[in-house]
Amino acid sequence: MTIAPQSPTEVAPTDLVTVSVDGIEVRVPKGTLVIRVAELMGIEIPRFCDHPLLDPVAACRACLIEIEGQPKPQPACAIAVTDGMVVRTQRTSPMADTAQEGVMEFLLLNHPLDCPVCDKGGECPLQNQAMTAGRGTSRFEEEKRTFEKPINVSAQILLDRERCVSCARCTRFADQIAGDPMLELLERGAKQQVGTAEDEPFDSYFSGNTIQICPVGALTSSLYRFRARPFDLVSTPTTCEHCASGCSLRTDVRRGVITRRLAWDDPEVNEEWNCDKGRFAFVYTYEGRIASPLVRENGELRPASWPEALDVAARGLAAARGRAGVLTGGRLTREDAYAYAKFARVAMGTGDIDFRARVASDEEAQFLASSVAGMPLGPTYADLDRAPVVLLVGLEPEDESPIIFLRLRRAAQKKGVRIVSLSPVRTRGMDKMDAQWWACQPGGEAVALRQIAENSADTLAALRQPGAVILVGERMAGVPGALSAAAELASSTGARLGWVPRRAGERGALDAGALAGLLPGGRPADDPRAREEVAAVWGVEASSLPTGGRVGQSLVDAILGDTSRAEREEERHIDALLVAGVEVADHERAEDLRRALSDVPFLVALSTHHNDVTEVADVVFPVAVVAEKAGSFTDWEGRTKPFSAAIHGAQSVADGRVLAMIADSMDVTFGAGDVASLRAEMDRLGMWTGARPAAPSVAPAASDASGTVALATWRLLLDAGALQEGEPHLAATARPTEALMSSETARSLGLGQAGSVTVSTDHGSLELPLRIADVVDGTVWVPMTSEGSRVLAIGASHGTRVRVTGGTA
Amino acid sequence: MPELPPAVRGFGVTFATMFKKVVTEEYPEQADRYPPKPRFHGRHQLNRWADGLEKCIGCELCAWACPADAILVEADSNTEEARFSPGERYGRVYQINYLRCIFCGLCIEACPTRALTMTNVYELADDNRADLIYEKKDLLAPLLPGMIPPPHRMVPGTTEKDYYAGKVTGSVPEQEPEGDSEIWYETQEPAVREGRA
Repeated sequence: MTIAPQSPTEVAPTDLVTVSVDGIEVRVPKGTLVIRVAELMGIEIPRFCDHPLLDPVAACRACLIEIEGQPKPQPACAIAVTDGMVVRTQRTSPMADTAQEGVMEFLLLNHPLDCPVCDKGGECPLQNQAMTAGRGTSRFEEEKRTFEKPINVSAQILLDRERCVSCARCTRFADQIAGDPMLELLERGAKQQVGTAEDEPFDSYFSGNTIQICPVGALTSSLYRFRARPFDLVSTPTTCEHCASGCSLRTDVRRGVITRRLAWDDPEVNEEWNCDKGRFAFVYTYEGRIASPLVRENGELRPASWPEALDVAARGLAAARGRAGVLTGGRLTREDAYAYAKFARVAMGTGDIDFRARVASDEEAQFLASSVAGMPLGPTYADLDRAPVVLLVGLEPEDESPIIFLRLRRAAQKKGVRIVSLSPVRTRGMDKMDAQWWACQPGGEAVALRQIAENSADTLAALRQPGAVILVGERMAGVPGALSAAAELASSTGARLGWVPRRAGERGALDAGALAGLLPGGRPADDPRAREEVAAVWGVEASSLPTGGRVGQSLVDAILGDTSRAEREEERHIDALLVAGVEVADHERAEDLRRALSDVPFLVALSTHHNDVTEVADVVFPVAVVAEKAGSFTDWEGRTKPFSAAIHGAQSVADGRVLAMIADSMDVTFGAGDVASLRAEMDRLGMWTGARPAAPSVAPAASDASGTVALATWRLLLDAGALQEGEPHLAATARPTEALMSSETARSLGLGQAGSVTVSTDHGSLELPLRIADVVDGTVWVPMTSEGSRVLAIGASHGTRVRVTGGTA
Repeated sequence: MPELPPAVRGFGVTFATMFKKVVTEEYPEQADRYPPKPRFHGRHQLNRWADGLEKCIGCELCAWACPADAILVEADSNTEEARFSPGERYGRVYQINYLRCIFCGLCIEACPTRALTMTNVYELADDNRADLIYEKKDLLAPLLPGMIPPPHRMVPGTTEKDYYAGKVTGSVPEQEPEGDSEIWYETQEPAVREGRA
C-alpha cells in the first residue's frame, strides 16, 4: 500500500497527538486515521473499503473497533485520532471482535461462495479475512439473493454483482481518481449493486484499476478470465513499454505466456495506478512473432540459420561502411538504443541515426540536444504536485501520458494547482483536470507562446513563480518555432521545462545517443572533449567518430538521392540501412520512406513482428519483445527504471546481442552486447556536464491559405497502434473515431449538426462522423492513427491545411 | 538321535514347502481373482453429470492441492456454442502426470464438484514418458446410456445449481447437438468417437 510521502519538516512536533492502541501509547500526526496508526504499529484490522489513495467512506464496516467513551463500535478507517484517544482493536476488545465477526457474517450472507470458479480465488481479501476475522459457520438459512452473472460494464470489465460487498472502491476510484464517474452504486438495501447508466459503458482509460482494487471477485477482465490461479504465475516487477509515463507494473507469466499485468507500487511515479493500455495490451508478445532469421534469396525471404544471416548482414553492412543509416524507432530499451548508437558509429562508421519514427524536425533535434538530452532528473511528478501553475503546450495528457493526467488531476483538485492547456480543442481530459483552455489554431502554438512572452503580463508573472512547469508534447515537433518559443519562455521566466514524448524508449534513446549529432549522455558529437570521452570507453580513435549526421527527412532524402531537399548536406549516398522496430506508417512522409526502404541497396531489419520494413528487408533478425529481456526505460522526467525479463527462458535475443554478433562477424570490437555490459559502459560514460549547443531559435511559420481548415490531431491512447493488436476487448473500449469541429466552423462550411464529413488533402481523404465540440474556429480535429482515420497516410499532420466537405463522398 | 548331515537338513525346508498353500498370484492371467480393495487409490477419473456434461469446472484446486505437482489444468469459458460443463467455467486442458503422481488422493479431497475421483485401475505402465501424461480424454469417465457427449447445452430450464442439487437425472432430446459437432469429436477418446463406449 502506498503511504503518502511526508517529509519530516512537514509535521511540526506540536501537531503530534498521543493515542493508545491496545494499551500501547504512540505519538502520531494529528488527523491520522486509526486504521493507519494500527497499520504502522503492525496491528492488522480487517478492511475492504479502505484504500490509502481513496477518500474514507466506511462502507463495509469490516474494521469496527472500540474507542473508549463511545457506546458503539466505530469504523477505524474513517475516524481520525485525537489526543488521548484510547483505541482497542479486536486483539484486546471482545466488543470489537464480536462486531467484526458479525460484519463478516453479514457480508457473506449473499456472497455466492463460488470461489472455485472465481478469478480472485487464492488472492482474495474476502477469502483471507473470512478466515482470520469471521466465524466458521453461518446462521443464514434462507435463499441467497441472486443476480445474472456476469454482466459487462464495458467490453473489457465484467461485473458479478452477487460477489460484490458494496465497498464502493470501484465507484470511488472512477469518481475521485480517474474522473470518469460512470460506475455508481444503484438501488438500496439488499438490492444494492454497482452499475452503469444504460448504453453508457465504463469506457474509462483507467477502468482496469477497478479490477485490481476490488477486494472480492466482483470485477474481472475478459482477458484474464479463467486464465490462471495465483500459484501458477511467476510474477516479475517490470516497467511499462507503452508510453513515457514510466509506470511500474507487475507482469504475471504462466508457462512462458503473459496472462495479465497489474499496476505496481511506485509512489514517485504511478502510485498504484496504470492505464488500460499498459494493463491489457500484451497479446502482441505472443502472437505473430518472427521465429527465425530470414534472408532474401531470389526476391523471396526464406528462413536461414543464425550464422548464415549474421554473415550476410555483416558483409552487406561492412561493404557500405560510412554510407549507412540507422532508424531505431522509439520503443527500444535504453540499453538497446545505446547498442544501436554505438554500432552505428563503431561498426557502420556513420552518424546518420534517428530514433524518431514520427513527425520530427531538425528544430526538435536541436531542442533535444540543447534542453533534454543527458539532463538530470526533472521536472518530476512531485514537481507537478507542488507547482503553482502548469502550462501544457501541445500535450493532451490523458491520451499521451495518462499518469501525468492522473497526477495533474489530483494536483488541481486537492492542491489547487492551476493548469493551463494551449490546445486547439477543449477536451474532456482538460475539464477533468479543471484546466483552463487557451484556444489556439493548430500550428499557431509558436505564435501563441510568443504572444504570451510579449503581451501577457499576468501569465508571465504566474510562470515566474518558483516551481512553475511547462510541459511540451511530442506534436510540437511538427510546428515550426514552437519548441524554440517554449524553450525561450522557460528560460525567460525560470519555469521548468519538461518534454513529454509518447513512446517509452524515446528519452532513453536520446540519452543513449541514438540521434545524429549526439553521442551517449547528451554529448555533442562535435565537441572534442565529448568525443575523447566516448572514444576512450569504446576503445576507438576519437577521430574515427563521425561528427554530425542526418536525421529524419534528410536521411530519407539521402537514400532517395533527392538533392533538392538535401542540398545543405554534402552528397553522401546511403547504401545500407539498419532498421529496428519502426512502423513505416508512423513516419511523417511514410510514402517516401517506403520508397526509400525498397530503394536502398541493403536493408537489415531487427524486428519482433512482420511489418512493412521486414517485407522489403534483405536480412531479418527476430528479436525479443520487452517482456523477454532485461533493460530499462527512461520516462519523461529522466527517471531511469530498470527491469528484468518477465518471461524467463525465452529463446529470443535482445537487439543489443544481435548487434554484437553482427559486429563480431564484421571483425569489429563491440563487446558482448548483453544488458550488464551495455549498462556498465553507459555508467562509465555518465552524463555530459560540458557546454551544450544553443537552443533553437526558429521563427514561427506564417499562417497560410485562408479558406481552408487547419487540422488538429494527436494519437488517442487506445488506437490502431501495433502493440495493441490482438486484444478486441481493449479496442472496444476506445474512444469513437470522429471528427470534431465548432458549430461556427461547421455552419460556415455548410455542414449540418449530424452526419459525416470528408477531410481531404491532395494525397487522400478521410471520412468520419462529425461531432460538434469546443474546437477553435477554423479547425477540425481527427484522431491521428485510429481505425479509419490514418492522418499521416493522407499526407497531413498537426497544423496541415485541409479541405472539409460535408457528407459521404 | 543323531543329527542329519546339514545338506540333508537343508532339503527339509524344500520338502515342507511342497505341501504348503501357494501364495504366488498368477498375474496377469488371473488378475481378476484378486481385485484391489474398493478404496484403493488407482488411476483418476473425471466424472460426468447424468446428461453427459463434465463435472470439472477447471478450478485448479486439485493442482493446488497436489504435493507432487502432477496436475495441470487450464480453464476456459463455456459459451453458448460450446458448453462442456454447467456454469461459466470448464477445464479446457486437464493433465495428470503419472510419472509424478504419488496417489495420495489430496486432489480428490480438494475437488469441489466431485469431478475428480480415483478408480481402482492400477495398471499404469508404459514404455515411454510421454504416454504416462494422461490427457483429459484419457481421464474422462465413459459415457453411460442416456449421456450425450459434450459440448451441448444444459437441460433446458435448469441452472448449474440444479445440477449440483442432483435434479438432473439424464439427458433430454433438446440437448442433442445440432448438425456436426467437430469440437467434441476432437476431445473424445477413440472408443467414444466410434460409439463403443
